[in-house]
Amino acid sequence: MVAVEVKNLAKHFGSTKAVNGISFTVDTGEIFGLIGPNGAGKTTALRVVSTLLQINSGSVNILGFDVKKKPDEIRKLISYLPEDAGAYKNLTGRAYLRFIANFFDKKQAQEIVSLGIEIADLGERIDDKVDTYSKGMKRRLLVGRALMTNPKLAILDEPTSGLDVVNAQEIRKIIKNTAKEGTAVFLSSHNMLEVEYLCDRIALIAEGKIVEEGTPKALLDKYNANNIEEVFTKVVQ
Amino acid sequence: MSALGNIIKKEMKELLTPATILPIVFVAIIFGSMGNAIGGLEEESQETPVIGFIDVDNSNLSAIVTSILNNYSDVVFNSSNIDDKQEGLETIKQEDGVALFIIPQNFTVNIRNETPGEIEIYWIMKGAGITDAISSGAVEQLIYTINTNISRELIQENATVNATLALNPTVRDETTYFKEKEMPGLSPSAIVGMLSSQSMLIPIVMMMIIIMAGNMVISSMALEKENKTLETLLTLPVKRTSIVTGKIVASAIIGLLLSIIYMIGMSYYFQGFGMSGEANLADYDLVLTSQDLVLIGISLFIALIAALSLCMLLGTFAKNYKSAQTLTVPISMLAMIPMFITMFVDFDTLPLALKTLLFAIPFSHPMMAPRALLFNDYLLVIGGIVYVAIFAIVTISIVVWVFKTDRLLTGSTKKKRLTNFKEKSFLKKRFR
Repeated sequence: MVAVEVKNLAKHFGSTKAVNGISFTVDTGEIFGLIGPNGAGKTTALRVVSTLLQINSGSVNILGFDVKKKPDEIRKLISYLPEDAGAYKNLTGRAYLRFIANFFDKKQAQEIVSLGIEIADLGERIDDKVDTYSKGMKRRLLVGRALMTNPKLAILDEPTSGLDVVNAQEIRKIIKNTAKEGTAVFLSSHNMLEVEYLCDRIALIAEGKIVEEGTPKALLDKYNANNIEEVFTKVVQ
Repeated sequence: MSALGNIIKKEMKELLTPATILPIVFVAIIFGSMGNAIGGLEEESQETPVIGFIDVDNSNLSAIVTSILNNYSDVVFNSSNIDDKQEGLETIKQEDGVALFIIPQNFTVNIRNETPGEIEIYWIMKGAGITDAISSGAVEQLIYTINTNISRELIQENATVNATLALNPTVRDETTYFKEKEMPGLSPSAIVGMLSSQSMLIPIVMMMIIIMAGNMVISSMALEKENKTLETLLTLPVKRTSIVTGKIVASAIIGLLLSIIYMIGMSYYFQGFGMSGEANLADYDLVLTSQDLVLIGISLFIALIAALSLCMLLGTFAKNYKSAQTLTVPISMLAMIPMFITMFVDFDTLPLALKTLLFAIPFSHPMMAPRALLFNDYLLVIGGIVYVAIFAIVTISIVVWVFKTDRLLTGSTKKKRLTNFKEKSFLKKRFR
């Protein structure tokens, strides 16, 4: 089943075409990665799918709902993790998760929080104020927040940004497991090695346009490359 | 450039921002305007007062009184018949005058019999602002001159005259007409004194609350952006209206709590100066009923909501906490203008342009409400509440609309465009 269907999406900021006519789909249970350098249009595409930005042209359909017409319905089904997201500094990790859980099914709020705590895996520090967390701890809390609601679509912008190798691997495992349980994952990264390991399919984006798309293996074969970084360099040249 | 020079240059660039300059410029403008206003008041106090008189006594001592009135004031009504009193009052009102003097029969006889001569003064009061009592101050000066001249006359006639009488040869029987009310035994300055707690307390408290609660809302928006929590909040299943209303209501509740604390403190402060005068007001049926208090509460709450929705709108422009501090300046200005106007001048005595400005500023209404209600001006108060409610609804709708657009996240696109252009040019070169 198609979870995300983007057709000829264009998003302009004034005369700058941040995203210029891109099309792609993400299936249920699939991890789809958008790869490109800084300023290529990854975050803009993710923000559009997350209902944060309005589109100039094209269409975006999320789990059967049009992003222009039914953003409120889409927000019930998705979860978005911005690249440099923060949490409310004066709340404890647990209180922050509870604050978010209260926007979803009230009866299941406690279960949602428990899952968030499990994913964040912060031990006793979950009851400390967010202000006292290290960058890595904060990111873990936010990943926990993003996945604890069992969203139908998880939109993750640079999910392992700021994490050390061990923590990054943990998060990648969690994302893989989440997808196995049926969640569609749409993520962006400029860490092309990470994407190669994590994603079922990828799209390379440069200057607002998708320049190549396929499974990591297919792309490696097509461009006779050792890794996706090489593929990207060959494509943009 | 030396290391020291380099640091000085960097520090000055950091410190010299609109956030530091604008408040100082604003305060300077306020003080400048106050100086001009005080200068204007001085000029007004030196103007010849417009008065009328009826000399029923028509004797040698009453002649001293009328001669001083003729010499030192602009007399627009002059009679010797007590039946002309109503006509005199009408003339004074029409001519924008201050008072009608009546010198009753036996004025001179009484003084000769060592009883102070009575002068009836009928004041026409236009407003209850501090500056509205200035014109009556000029008349007070006239009365002082009258007393001095009668004393001199009495001492010249008889050097052994009763000293008490010589010092106070006249007594006043005053009645003030103000906003359709006749207040016997009161002069305009006494009324201004009695109303001063209403004139000063509510405007000061209102201004403080608007600035503090407004700052909270703007900072809250700025912190959401600075701490990068806004994007997450906007993708949660919660209506934009709920986010906007939640922020406004929370700040309004805190603002009201603060206002209660301030009001308690300030009322004690004013009582310390003996400015409350509530007992005297009650003597003249000038009391706020429970219905009036409810109206003041509604006016205060609605104005606070309007202020906070305006702050919320400004908050959407805030990029970070520092820029939020600059955005509180226009709100502070909007709160201070009505505060100063309502403290010093009565709404009714303002020129039309200022009246319109004052009415248009939503924060003015709770500041004007207590005095208006004391004089049963329900139209101004209820009209104000309706206007401010409409203002708040329109502003909240605009905020919700902004929340639904990209503006909240993308801000000004001008700089972004330039940055993107640079980034793209760099990327093109890099991948070529």
